[in-house]
Amino acid sequence: MGNYRIGIDVGGTHTDAVVLDQHFNVISETKEPTTEDVSSGIYNAVKTIIASSDVPKEDIRYAMLGTTHCTNAIVERKRLNNVAVIRIGAPATLGIKPLVGVPDDLRDILGQHVHIVHGGHEFDGRQIADLDTEKLYEIAHELKGNVDSVAITSVFSPVSPEHEQVAQRILQEVLGDEVALSLSSEIGSVGLLERENATILNAAVVNVARSTANGFINALKEEGVDAKVFFGQNDGTLMSVEYTVKYPILTIACGPTNSIRGASYLTNQSDALVVDVGGTTTDIGVLVSSFPRQSSLAVEIGGVRTNFRMPDITSIGIGGGTIVRQSEDGTVTLGPDSVGYRLQEEAYVFGGNTLTTTDVIVAKGLASVGDPNLVADLDPDLINQAYQTLVQQVEEAIDRMKTSADPIPVILVGGGSILLPDQLEGASVVHRPNHFGVANAIGSAIAQVSGQIERVFTLDELGREETLELAKKMAKDEAIQAGASPEDLEIVDFEDVPLAYLPGNATKIRAKAAGTLAE
Amino acid sequence: MRLLGKQEVEDIAIGAALLGTGGGGDPYIGKLMALQAIEEHGPIKLLDPEEVPDDAVIVPSAMMGAPTVMVEKIPSGEEAVTAFQSLKDNLSTEIYATMPIEAGGVNSLLPFALAARQGLPVVDADGMGRAFPELQMVTFYLDGMSATPMVLSDEKGNGMVLNTIDSVWAERLARGATIEMGGSVMLAIYPMKGQEMKQSSIRNTLTLEENIGRSIREAKEKNYNPVHSVLDITNGYELFQGKVKDINRKTETGFARGTAKIDGIHEYNGRELTLSFQNEHLIATSGDDVLCVTPDLIAVLDAETGMPITTEGLRYGARCIVIGMPCDAKWRTDKGIATAGPGYFGYDVEYTPVEELNQKEGK
Repeated sequence: MGNYRIGIDVGGTHTDAVVLDQHFNVISETKEPTTEDVSSGIYNAVKTIIASSDVPKEDIRYAMLGTTHCTNAIVERKRLNNVAVIRIGAPATLGIKPLVGVPDDLRDILGQHVHIVHGGHEFDGRQIADLDTEKLYEIAHELKGNVDSVAITSVFSPVSPEHEQVAQRILQEVLGDEVALSLSSEIGSVGLLERENATILNAAVVNVARSTANGFINALKEEGVDAKVFFGQNDGTLMSVEYTVKYPILTIACGPTNSIRGASYLTNQSDALVVDVGGTTTDIGVLVSSFPRQSSLAVEIGGVRTNFRMPDITSIGIGGGTIVRQSEDGTVTLGPDSVGYRLQEEAYVFGGNTLTTTDVIVAKGLASVGDPNLVADLDPDLINQAYQTLVQQVEEAIDRMKTSADPIPVILVGGGSILLPDQLEGASVVHRPNHFGVANAIGSAIAQVSGQIERVFTLDELGREETLELAKKMAKDEAIQAGASPEDLEIVDFEDVPLAYLPGNATKIRAKAAGTLAE
Repeated sequence: MRLLGKQEVEDIAIGAALLGTGGGGDPYIGKLMALQAIEEHGPIKLLDPEEVPDDAVIVPSAMMGAPTVMVEKIPSGEEAVTAFQSLKDNLSTEIYATMPIEAGGVNSLLPFALAARQGLPVVDADGMGRAFPELQMVTFYLDGMSATPMVLSDEKGNGMVLNTIDSVWAERLARGATIEMGGSVMLAIYPMKGQEMKQSSIRNTLTLEENIGRSIREAKEKNYNPVHSVLDITNGYELFQGKVKDINRKTETGFARGTAKIDGIHEYNGRELTLSFQNEHLIATSGDDVLCVTPDLIAVLDAETGMPITTEGLRYGARCIVIGMPCDAKWRTDKGIATAGPGYFGYDVEYTPVEELNQKEGK
């Protein structure tokens, strides 16, 4: 009996899909245009890939989806839940109320029900104040029928989640199971405003995640596929549907991660730079021990500051559809606008009237796409200038992402990577794997399932060794919850950072466990 | 007197990050507290030092403790008010106005929230003209003023009045109490007369920050490089343009010490700049040439946006412009250099004003 899986990744221009066998060989691949509602593009890709793969439908066991639904909902401020925001921390924190500093349009939508109650903890686990449970009951009754999702954030919950958990029980008791509850201690790290913002955004996209998951499952069923569904998250691992609906914010930015992971798998490299050239942009990320390097700075999502750990990506406005222009003094500029998915109508080589980077490459004889005769008469000087600018901009971006001046391997993926030469400054070697055009969908399909914790521990309580073991076990339990098989779980990332100026050996520990899918 | 609204606060925050010279902590929390206070209580009155009567009492407001605690346990805003009330009772006098003790970084905007709540004016001055890591590195100390009586207050309502024989004791006692109170407290410190403030503070630093912030914002809106206007505003010098090549960090005795090497680009091609930092940038050298030394100010700006880059934010490949700015004359006295000059931070470099070091550049 066969065992196949579908991997899908939604990009800005294309939605890519692959079918892999159990050894991760590519059986078939497809690229469909990304649609405005995203979902119909995914359904088209599902239909095409199942029709073209020619494997028994009942043997397709898994389907992995990396999608931009949640990101789009936040950026467009559409389809968001009716959210209540509860912060536990008074009398501290009143100096900056929830959503201060968030763009006004989003604050209007998400700030309809904001409450701050007494409670929360100090850095060392002492209480700032007793949790005001009476007030929580009062709030819960007031919210009943008015909201469908609640974000709960307590001061120093990464040290002690106790008050958030009590609040969760009270709200569940009054509001029932229909209302989604997001706890900040399960979502972010130290830094109250950023963690609270991330928790509020999480609460706001619960419905979007739920309908995306249901839509995807139904689309598969209509094609006669009854597969177990997983979603890609921004750290390059997968989570089950149940987990996705609980932590939808973790799906943000899974796209670049998928292509980095796919590039790693296709070339068998664990440390390299991955250059993903799409239709509109080139995204450059760094592969460290087979996972994307994470950004250390505060990340903004839709104008909201969060403390999410996102893949550290630099983006430049160069892709296969980037428009090439020459000004009157002869200077050549690239983009940043692109013809995007209309490349096949608008580029010279396809009979169109817009000069694109793809035309430049064909005119230079470096790729055969469309009809080379249509670009034969272009001014060679223009072509050379455009090509040099293109390569130079990519090389500069590569240099910005490196951690040292030493040359390192570079992996080129994405449909637009035909633009780039086999030698790049700063690269020790340039890899161009097979199936480079769908590396992102492959990255989605091959991903492992993971669980992560990030909390402040006081080492003086249990001793260092025991605390570290406890943290690892907590991460493994999270991974099993998310759908990983307990047998081959491994700790793939571990970091402990002592916190300065604090007694008791307060240490922030981050642990991530990953393993294969549980059957 | 003039009024500061939200836009002015946004601009001051950018200027505060620049005068933070790579350290000083993120002004973000102070900025948001000030914005909320303005929303609730209206704009803030800013006084020129000359508008303050000689016998009026001025009390700076600042935070003490771990910035990592303050970003999680955000102040209630009442701590600073309690500290002020308590110091007022202790001194048996009215307090006329408040001011920041430190223009750079996290402490620059914290007095604004207090001022808005209490309807107090803020004096357009501070005690550093930049950011420094230690309590005695203020111009008030250089003039022999006492930090006490001072009050520490937490959000729970606890307050503590300190009277100490010197600032070393003030630091020691306050540090211990801060931990017990939860790791981050607000201070009312260095009470002084208007006359002392005029004599010992560094004047018009908030306006300076506002001008810096506005020029960077406007440059971004109109899409041009803000560095030249920043140099005009601060009487500064462009020291270098380049990209970060190497960063060497180690944490020692609570300080993030290290060096960054920057490879020259454009007219600096072929040259290399070395930055030495301890929380803040302290020394810039290129080959055998010293270009700028603490207490003069060194800031690293993003080459595209002109936004200040912190020492933590420095990373390989970053394109940047390094600028040097003269410090206030108060820091250029013997005591000033002994307190915050290169020798104090353990560098074997003589202090020379940035103007002299960069004369040959034809500025």
